[in-house]
Amino acid sequence: MTAPDIKPDETVDARGAACPGPLMDLIGKIRSVDSGAVVALYSDNDQSHTDVPEWAEEAGNDLLAVEERDDHSVFYVEKA
Amino acid sequence: MTDHIVVLGGGTGGTVLANDLADHLGPEIDDGSVEVTLLNDDPDHVYKPVWLYVPFGQREPADGRRPLDELVDDRVDVRIDRVTDVDTDAKRLSAREAVDPIEYDYLVLATGSTLEPDRVPGLAEGAHDYYSEAGAETLREELLSFTEGHLVLSVVGTPHMCPAAPLEFVFMADDWFRERGLREDVDITYTYPIQRVHGNPHIAEWAQPIMEERDIEVETFFNAESVDPEAETITSMEGTELDYDLLVGIPPHSGVDLVADAGLGDDGWVDVDRHTLEAEAAEDVYAIGDTADTGVPNAGSVAHYQAGVVGQRLASEVRGRPATATYDGKTLCFVETGMDAASFVEFDYETPPSPAPPSEKLHWSKLAYNESYWLTARGLL
Repeated sequence: MTAPDIKPDETVDARGAACPGPLMDLIGKIRSVDSGAVVALYSDNDQSHTDVPEWAEEAGNDLLAVEERDDHSVFYVEKA
Repeated sequence: MTDHIVVLGGGTGGTVLANDLADHLGPEIDDGSVEVTLLNDDPDHVYKPVWLYVPFGQREPADGRRPLDELVDDRVDVRIDRVTDVDTDAKRLSAREAVDPIEYDYLVLATGSTLEPDRVPGLAEGAHDYYSEAGAETLREELLSFTEGHLVLSVVGTPHMCPAAPLEFVFMADDWFRERGLREDVDITYTYPIQRVHGNPHIAEWAQPIMEERDIEVETFFNAESVDPEAETITSMEGTELDYDLLVGIPPHSGVDLVADAGLGDDGWVDVDRHTLEAEAAEDVYAIGDTADTGVPNAGSVAHYQAGVVGQRLASEVRGRPATATYDGKTLCFVETGMDAASFVEFDYETPPSPAPPSEKLHWSKLAYNESYWLTARGLL
């Protein structure tokens, strides 16, 4: 997949984190950034493909894109 | 030449490891070729699982305290001091009371978790916890006189110590109020940050139906953003507001600043190889228990098993042999499901947990282990 043209304000590298590590790491970062900031979450946990969109919708944040890389995915989330 | 092994932290991991080293390296310690030092900032060893029972009036905080020097082998030099700096290049530590730096050949970080309720506005003032001695005692005063209203348990921060303890608390509270004929007057709500009731999906799948059967309300995707102690409300990032009459909060945790200051990892957790437990950013440094960022639960059993692995690895290293012992993620927990029943889980990196059917036998096994824990701390069990 082509990398989206998104410049994240913060990056969270949760590769290797056991479930629910990546989502909790993302939530922790979202807590600390301002509204409108974009956080990129690196995760190699398959569960993130359901956890992250569900939480983003629940919390009212925007999942802008999901980029598939060789050994992990990148989730771009904009804080509402 | 003497190899100096320094263990930083006298909780379960550090204490078990110090005794393990004294056992495995006894001859080397006796002939002066190895020295083992255990550094802790409290003269007491604290067994935290006792705190779960304090709010229900079943145990006292003192039941979880014993002097470190009574638990640790005499061949270990126990020093009560607060380490202020770790220099992994020079392989030395600075401590508050130490005149000279403490040099080490091998360092094991077992500094554990600290509570940070101030990260959520109003949490420290509005919520009670049973993750500290003082918190458990204050919660006891509130709980023992609580006869009606809305009890909310909110898991605010993860990772936190003993991931099963929030489930245990609401299961015990439900049973405790039922036994006293008060359950109809007490509503219980449990909140969790993600979309299920526990981080581990297998444990969540097991616990959710029990909560439904027991009429324990659940709010998932609830990440507490603030607490208003005067209005007695807790509000989530997701926009949900709950009224409470008694709020029990599992506060955010972090490790000690020393770890980040030494460049060993973020938030006080050391980045390690999850099998060897060696720090990724420094030579001859290990981390165990909560301090080691392995992705397994922050639990005493984990610290216990990891201490055994690091003890074997260090014994091999000082003897000039290849270190072969590795940690496989082994975790073992009893999970109280009421005041007289418990389940049990055992899992590792490859094998998911499969909770055992709750029984009175497992409950008594948990209480029996809590009594015999002191043998674990001494390195005997």
